[in-house]
Amino acid sequence: MKPDTLVFSWGNPSRGDDALGPLFADAIDALQLPGVECLTDFQLQVEHALDLVGRQRVLFVDASMAAETPFSVKPLSAQRDASFTTHAMTPEAILQVYADTQEGEPPSAWLLGIRGERWELGEAPTRGAMSNLDAAVRWTREWLASG
Amino acid sequence: MSFELETATVASDNLRRVAIDPVSRVEGHGKVTILLDEDNKVHQVRLHIVEFRGFERFIQGRPYWEVPVMVQRLCGICPVSHHLAASKALDVIVGADRLTPTAEKMRRLMHYGQILQSHALHFFHLSSPDLLFGFDSEVAQRNIVGVAAKYPDIAKKGILLRKFGQEVIRHTAGKRVHGTGSVPGGVNKSLSGAERAELLKDAYQMIAWCRDAVKIIKELHEQNPALYDSFGNFPSNFMGMVAPDGSLDLYHGVLRAKDAAGNILFDHVDYQTYDTLITEEVKPWSYMKFPYFTSMGPEQGWYKVGPLARVQNCDSIPTPFAEHERRELVAYAGGKPMHATLGFHWARMIEMLFAAETIKELLHDDDIEGSDLVVTGERRREGVGVIEAPRGTLFHHYQVDDDDLVTMANLIVSTTNNNQAMNTAVREVAKQYLDGKEITEGLLNHIEVAIRAYDPCLSCATHALGKMPLEVTLVDAEGQELDRKYKH
Repeated sequence: MKPDTLVFSWGNPSRGDDALGPLFADAIDALQLPGVECLTDFQLQVEHALDLVGRQRVLFVDASMAAETPFSVKPLSAQRDASFTTHAMTPEAILQVYADTQEGEPPSAWLLGIRGERWELGEAPTRGAMSNLDAAVRWTREWLASG
Repeated sequence: MSFELETATVASDNLRRVAIDPVSRVEGHGKVTILLDEDNKVHQVRLHIVEFRGFERFIQGRPYWEVPVMVQRLCGICPVSHHLAASKALDVIVGADRLTPTAEKMRRLMHYGQILQSHALHFFHLSSPDLLFGFDSEVAQRNIVGVAAKYPDIAKKGILLRKFGQEVIRHTAGKRVHGTGSVPGGVNKSLSGAERAELLKDAYQMIAWCRDAVKIIKELHEQNPALYDSFGNFPSNFMGMVAPDGSLDLYHGVLRAKDAAGNILFDHVDYQTYDTLITEEVKPWSYMKFPYFTSMGPEQGWYKVGPLARVQNCDSIPTPFAEHERRELVAYAGGKPMHATLGFHWARMIEMLFAAETIKELLHDDDIEGSDLVVTGERRREGVGVIEAPRGTLFHHYQVDDDDLVTMANLIVSTTNNNQAMNTAVREVAKQYLDGKEITEGLLNHIEVAIRAYDPCLSCATHALGKMPLEVTLVDAEGQELDRKYKH
């Protein structure tokens, strides 16, 4: 039986603030919250639609250039769009692939975008991004506890 | 030196510029610029690599044993290829001239899992929208979500094939991402009986689906030979690795190259000497180098790597279904090398079938449950590792000092090997489809179709939200921006 809540983050740990996704997963995983599973990957890919099967809700998490500081949250709905690249499939498109291939409505989903600034190979995350990460983790603890 | 349409021969201030920045549905950031005159005649076409730097600097100064793990972070699409190419180079450094059977077979299993999942992603989710809907079809439909809506069965198979490949990687590398399975001199785990049984349960279904995939692309060629045989068709040399007996081997072997007519240029070359074969030319307008066979010079010595090169470079494929399909491709091409760009898709599906069959065979081999995992030998200061990654030949070359720190790293990634071929492909397609016509999104997509056939990994760039728009800019002869479109 899969945990009802999936937290799915993505990013490259060695590309500056792109590490926010996997660092977020580490932080939430360490809380060992019942009913919550954390998964992380380099990037969002089509097969991740299968990770959504059997979930009640999903929180997608990525570093973002577009988010407010420290982070932004928005609800997601399945969406057919033209944005697909193999590096940058959107969470909305993942939900749509789920709907098209799993013969059912995808779970409720939200996107948490944590503000980042620098993305160079070999760089550590910036101090500002780490502060944004802390704020995002605090918010997520409350969100997860709210059921 | 400069190729046809690489540099305009009339003053560029009399031309207008079309930029495709970055190319959509390829990994990383790429940009195509096309210079047109007032009659829309094409004068210059360049595929630019916007960001392709820092790999070597990222590696130098690190302890060598860290390298197979850290190089996975160079690329989110093919981390396993870097993991294994680095391991093979470091096998030489630690004096592991012959791995244990368990280690070699575990690595092969990991590698063919990577080939399977990467090729499945490319065909079902990257290229099938173009191939199934047409290059000029409505842009909102021309993506994997459109495929899932209209062809749910194909989309499902693609997802499950990719998932299976990922599971092979997870069991062999030890983790879902950032695996540690391959180490200098061998591996750090073998398969358990349970893991082996879990993978074997699905292996035969995967082979059947791969056969279906070959059938799809073969039928597309047969239904529309006018398109498939002519789109981006240009002669070139081929290079790839083959087993010592000349059969296809994507994990280990010797280097072989053929000319455009299929004649052997070199064969049975030990890849430790790659730097005597290949020179990398630098051009001022691109970060990515342009490799060529040194003995032939830059004008004649450039080459293609990847599926179309490999399937035609080998004498046979050592699994029955894939060998049958290789023969079909050779017969379709009339016994001469196939150079048409869309042939990459056909060859890629043959390789995907080969990977699925190889995975099944390895899972039936008891050595993959063995416990003899690592060997060592006489320590050396330098080593080269080569692997046939999904996109083509991948070179890792390291020098290590007495303190075990990497002092020199040189990587030639598959996409770099194909740099000149990709540039030639976009020039051929621009001449063929854009010359003298009003530029439309559908016509520009023809350029992208040519690039996508090579499955380039342009930079392994970051992919944070908002970092990957597609930008198309049209600028007139005075440098005034006429139009700009984004895709997010």
